[in-house]
Amino acid sequence: MAFDETKHDYKVIGTRPVRPDGIDKVTGRALYGADLSAPGMLTAAILRSPHAHAKIVKIDTSKAEAMAGVKAVVTSRDFGLPEDQDLRDTQDNCMARDKVLYDGHAVAAVAAINAQVAKAALKAIEVEYEKLPHVIDVDDAMKGDAPLVLEGRALETVPEGWSQNVTNYCEFGHGDLDDGFARADLIVERSFKTGATHQGYIEPHACLASMGPDGRGELWCCTQGQYMVREVCAGIMEIEASQLKVTPSEIGGGFGGKTTVFIEPVALALSRKAGRPVKLVMTREEVFRASGPTIHSSTDVKIGMTKDGTITAARADLRYSGGCYPNGTCEMGAQAAFAPYDLKAVRTYGWNALTNRPKEISYRAPGAPTAIYAVESVVDEMCQKLGLDPVDVRLKNAADKGTKSSYGVTFEDIGLKATLEAAKAHPHYTAPLGPNQGRGLSCGFWFNFGGNASVTLSVNTDGTVNVTEGNPDIGGSRASISMIAAEELGIGYDRVRTIVADTTSIGHSDTTDGSRVTFTVGLATIKAARDAKTKMCARAAALWGIDPEAVEWVDGAAQPSGPNAGKFPPMSLAEIAAVSFQTGGPIAGHHESNADGAGVSFGVHLCDIEVDPETGASKVVRYTVFQDAGKAIHPDYVEGQLQGGAVQGIGWALNEEYIYGEDGILQNPGFLDYRVPVASDLPPIDTVILEVPNPGHPYGVRGVGETSIVPPLAAIANAMSRGAGVRLTQLPMSPPRVLSALMAKG
Amino acid sequence: MVKVTIMGALRHAIDGKAEVEVEASTFKELIDKLSAEYPGLKPQIDRGVSLAVDGRIYREAWLTPIGEAREVVLMPYMKGG
Amino acid sequence: MKSIPVSTTVNGDAVDFVCAPGETLLDALRNRLSLTGAKEGCGTGDCGACSVTLNGRLVCSCLVLAAEAEGAEVGTVEGMADHDKLHVLQQSFLDHAALQCGICTPGILVASKALLEENPEPTDEEVRYWLAGNLCRCTGYDKIVRAVQDAAAKMRSA
Repeated sequence: MAFDETKHDYKVIGTRPVRPDGIDKVTGRALYGADLSAPGMLTAAILRSPHAHAKIVKIDTSKAEAMAGVKAVVTSRDFGLPEDQDLRDTQDNCMARDKVLYDGHAVAAVAAINAQVAKAALKAIEVEYEKLPHVIDVDDAMKGDAPLVLEGRALETVPEGWSQNVTNYCEFGHGDLDDGFARADLIVERSFKTGATHQGYIEPHACLASMGPDGRGELWCCTQGQYMVREVCAGIMEIEASQLKVTPSEIGGGFGGKTTVFIEPVALALSRKAGRPVKLVMTREEVFRASGPTIHSSTDVKIGMTKDGTITAARADLRYSGGCYPNGTCEMGAQAAFAPYDLKAVRTYGWNALTNRPKEISYRAPGAPTAIYAVESVVDEMCQKLGLDPVDVRLKNAADKGTKSSYGVTFEDIGLKATLEAAKAHPHYTAPLGPNQGRGLSCGFWFNFGGNASVTLSVNTDGTVNVTEGNPDIGGSRASISMIAAEELGIGYDRVRTIVADTTSIGHSDTTDGSRVTFTVGLATIKAARDAKTKMCARAAALWGIDPEAVEWVDGAAQPSGPNAGKFPPMSLAEIAAVSFQTGGPIAGHHESNADGAGVSFGVHLCDIEVDPETGASKVVRYTVFQDAGKAIHPDYVEGQLQGGAVQGIGWALNEEYIYGEDGILQNPGFLDYRVPVASDLPPIDTVILEVPNPGHPYGVRGVGETSIVPPLAAIANAMSRGAGVRLTQLPMSPPRVLSALMAKG
Repeated sequence: MVKVTIMGALRHAIDGKAEVEVEASTFKELIDKLSAEYPGLKPQIDRGVSLAVDGRIYREAWLTPIGEAREVVLMPYMKGG
Repeated sequence: MKSIPVSTTVNGDAVDFVCAPGETLLDALRNRLSLTGAKEGCGTGDCGACSVTLNGRLVCSCLVLAAEAEGAEVGTVEGMADHDKLHVLQQSFLDHAALQCGICTPGILVASKALLEENPEPTDEEVRYWLAGNLCRCTGYDKIVRAVQDAAAKMRSA
């Protein structure tokens, strides 16, 4: 039988069923990283550097090892030296080798019979440091005389003349900038700085490791990718991937922060040495000091515009620091910066510089929010100066199908104009504002990715279906995958159960990142279901004694494809499944592939804020998100992504920031001082989902998870400029910064 | 022959040009030939690149046909959160 | 230091355990009684993921000593459902998709239940201020507030 590539009449897609893992999560039964225990289990703890930058002269663990109840102590000496540079950096980040590169860098770890003994043992470890000068700010780090975090790590693409801290350089764009700026009636050039933020997942990193002296091990952990954990840990532990079984727990938030390892190799090494299972859970302070913040940035943007609002030329220079190891996040920022615009002349330049901060790891659309914040702030300022409507100016310059993007790729069907028009038509856009209130908007963008996925779909003899997949469910994906399987098979949602498997139960799947799961795993599920349908049609054909090609699948049943095929009553999935043992054996469909065709996603956010002129405190009073989802499989969880991303962006804009002292020590490693938005800070977050189908997916699905964190930064800055008359060029726009801007304005 | 747009930071390796023409029918052939003909591109290719073919981004998909493509863009290896 | 024996009531069941003098109620619930529904998100009373009730009062169990549970009544998320019947709030959170990752959900459910016992008809603002001690990083709180309000309406008309 053949299948139409696209599908439009849906029975399950677009409905809002209850998620299959829901009851476990509202009753406290769901097991997260720290919730599993094992017989004979030890408790581990990690000793961390109190210095921003120091040479490790000596580590003496003998007193700790001699303590009653201490079963193993490890330092970098207990790990090999991986050949691969990225792997070596990851390992060095898990356990410092020669130098500590940031406040909180791990130097030793202990496994003991309980947490109290483990903590006491950490105090008994003697570390001799030789303090080195440190550098925290990206602009300082790029200067020729800056203290060097690491040496010899600059890629060949970095031009000469920079500090060795500059490791990455990139450049994108097209057209003649000089000519473009010459044609402009107004040119605005501004510089911006943004603080580093943390993903802020509520569940600290946690794992339970069990490893024998023969190199076989098991690992239970909260991660966005069990296969990633397996490859990285096997590499660091110098064992074969097949010998390490990694089971992903339920995951208590990730947002990109759980796409690498921080503690897992340490727990495995302790377990190997102690010969017992080891549980290792980070404290919140450790999460802030030693797990994935974002880059912090310093950006210059220059835009030329004619009086009617046409952008004639645009340039951005993005200086990012992803902490103490090289990373390429500046590349994504430089590609995303002007993505919403159709520009004849555009250039973006990106640098990454090393600083004595923790290793950056992805956070929702990594690199994009800070770049687009700077661009969208300047565009808004130009609209104000020229007296133009901010939506009209964006519509006038908006990227569309056929636009050659600033990063070189020509767009297929995209939904930017649709979201802008929806924003303009929405009552929010013209609603009256109160005193001290302002309204701002910003566009946002993310690439979205496909990648590898493996899916097995087993048809049970009672007519139900199990879907086995390999991507941790971080926000309702098991519901979406079950819905897709039900839709394809023509059966009820309640007939499908989807599980996320460990690394030994199904083939490789890439990490849950890049807004890829509903797109990629969904695509693999569609294909696995079609594989199963082909097999079920063949079973029916065999029973009817007709050619399998003469059977088609309609409404959950095999039926002869036309009058010439023969006259047989349809056989439902349940009927075929019931006799599967008698007609050839169990039936399963499967699909494994590296998917392409993930469509980019655009969004527009509209927000009203109120600024207290006495204190500089600002409050978001109304917020509406418009985003193109391509096709919303489960609209509740699409809305949830839009709302959650918007609120993380609001936190980035108004409060969240890594604050360092002169000594290079992180001053706010806790939720009291690193303040994420709480319920009383926020209004309802309204959402409008647009559906401009992605031509690369049979249902038109686009990833939705990341774009939503991109627009809030500029939307709020723009609202503040219009409401309070001050344009802040540094994030977060915390009350003291806003107040001093208000006072400077007078 | 397919025309490949090369990202700015790598243009020093292709004599300052923005595009190169390569005889290649797949992603794999393309990166092999680019590495051979322009050794300055090899370190980036070895670190990982993505390829956009007529607007779609591919990561690591060596067998992707590009012979008929209107537009091929070499990009850094892309990652997300 | 000597361990302390504690006799207490958890979700209506009489239980005994021994704990270290400095041990938190959260650790005792999780590690000694295998009630892992309450989560440790911060250990400093800032995130509310460990919310339980102690003699009817909403507390962060990471800030309460296990020994303080002596003779008290402790309520956790595991005690919200009545056998196979979910609490109205639990069902409402499912129906409104008021959770994504679910790690904050036990604490928010316990806190919401305490709110509605004190104030059966809260305004949205009262819900938001009551839950200001419970961090959720996934949802932006919008669907949580709707779920609580819908549950409150159902409980009032029950």
